[in-house]
Amino acid sequence: MSTVTQERPAVREASGTPKRRKGSFGFNSVSPREKVARYVLLVFVLLITIGPFLWQLSTSLKGSGEDIYTRIPRLLPAQPTFDHYKEVTDTIPVWDYARNSLVVAFLVVGGNVIGASLAGFAISRLQFRGRKIVLGLFLATLVLPGEVTIISQYVTVREFGLANTLFGVALPGMIGALNVLLMYNAFRSLPVEVDQAAVVDGADAWQRFLYIGLPSVRGTISVIAIFAFIGAWDDFLWPLIVLTDPDKYTLTVGLQYLSGTFSNNPRLIAAGTMIAFIPIVIVFATLQRFFFKGVEEGAVKG
Amino acid sequence: MRYNRWFTPWVLVVPALTWLLVFNLWPSINTVILSFTNAKPIGGGHFVGLKNFETLLHDEQLRWALLNSVIYMVVCLPFLTVLPLLLAVLVEKKLPGITFFRTAFYTPVVASAVVVALIWQWILDDRGLVNGLAEKLGVISGPLPFLSDQWLLLLSAISLTIWKGLGYYMIIYLAALGNVGRELHEAAAVDGAGPLRRFVHVTVPGVRGTMILISILISVSALRVFSELFILSGGKGGPGGRDNSVVMLIQQYSQGFEGNLGYASALSIVLFFVTVVPMLVLARLNRRGAEA
Repeated sequence: MSTVTQERPAVREASGTPKRRKGSFGFNSVSPREKVARYVLLVFVLLITIGPFLWQLSTSLKGSGEDIYTRIPRLLPAQPTFDHYKEVTDTIPVWDYARNSLVVAFLVVGGNVIGASLAGFAISRLQFRGRKIVLGLFLATLVLPGEVTIISQYVTVREFGLANTLFGVALPGMIGALNVLLMYNAFRSLPVEVDQAAVVDGADAWQRFLYIGLPSVRGTISVIAIFAFIGAWDDFLWPLIVLTDPDKYTLTVGLQYLSGTFSNNPRLIAAGTMIAFIPIVIVFATLQRFFFKGVEEGAVKG
Repeated sequence: MRYNRWFTPWVLVVPALTWLLVFNLWPSINTVILSFTNAKPIGGGHFVGLKNFETLLHDEQLRWALLNSVIYMVVCLPFLTVLPLLLAVLVEKKLPGITFFRTAFYTPVVASAVVVALIWQWILDDRGLVNGLAEKLGVISGPLPFLSDQWLLLLSAISLTIWKGLGYYMIIYLAALGNVGRELHEAAAVDGAGPLRRFVHVTVPGVRGTMILISILISVSALRVFSELFILSGGKGGPGGRDNSVVMLIQQYSQGFEGNLGYASALSIVLFFVTVVPMLVLARLNRRGAEA
């Protein structure tokens, strides 16, 4: 692990334009032929991975008079228009759904960042009786797929009187066991000497958490925040079970109804999916630097 | 105020621990309790003994769901263990613009399963992109019923899962590739091993542990599939409900006046045992490999 964390940032870093390190010859350099082959493959995979999104975007922009079923597919709309976006938002309260999704996502991100870093810090850096048992409990839940307990989780949420509320959707996911373990792992890789020095200087647990622990695990925290946001925004099964009132639907649940309503007009469905897709892509594209950095810190490593 | 008291660690741990107990451990116990009742989604219900489990044995839809799950897993496994590794090797070298490609390859992971399933629903439509192109090329004479045939629908959902998973496992492999010593590659190259042999003899053994972990992740998530099949089948589970997954059945029993949380809980227990099997098998494989 140590070799990775030391080498990688030196290569990428800063402006985001990767430069080859000075003085790296031989094995590391890529021959022009290999370079061409690599780019050809990269572009090929690129078409497979983002082609469908582009096709959907294109469909959503094609004019109502335009034949979208042409035998020879046209990527560029002949009569580009935003009408379908307007029609979708006029017929279905898409913005309310988006707001609901956002509320849930923020609750889940906040809960996880705070709850998981506190617990992760305590389990990895503080000594207390039962520490091992607590750690074991968190580990044990990993073998349990969330879907297995989803029914009784619903019963629990219902008993709290939170069925059919956005808070009920967010609540169970607000502190994930996996995130606690990721934070535990991140804090553990800090050298113990730093802690000991802080103790000698009279720092208490809280100060060590705030001023020594947190600043050094920013990468992992951003990975957790990004994943929590994406997970909450994209989740479908749980809000589908908890929410019954159409006013409270999140985007994913609302979209599913949209597809039933407009099954005869793919342009409208396309516009609806783009409204759900574009925000998450913007979030991810903006934060991807932190995400990939966090990955290299080992946050996603098994 | 000083925070070095004996209870300080507990103050930090308690929120997470509470969540764990209330939303993980208690529901696991309660699932077992509920499975012996006929609890309704709106509340109420009483003890019915083993009735739910007897119903399980004769549930034809469950049999289809289990078969679908196994097919799902068996098809996903080879594709999702190998293709993402090749992708990771492809994006490992830091060529100009590689960050863009990595991000782009990860996009399907970031998108909601609902969104991508709706996109694929349009692509696989009778008059959609795939059928249109195939007809144009003369490969088929009429549109293939990707979304209405029992087996084609399952296959479509599987392809969608594979397509969506590529980037996710690519990133895990990418992190693992960093741990494979560059010296080994250099040594192999000096000895005259070409790229292919280096891949087989240096890269693959180097990421063996990750590969087993990824196999577990793939198997478990294939057995838990929900959104892809649900959306592609329009929430109906295909012709005659034969394209349901176990989780889709759980969801169906979770709501409405016809719903039965007791039976849904019994199905959840089935799901638990189904997902534990690949974990045990692969964990064992891992241990044996480590000893060898």
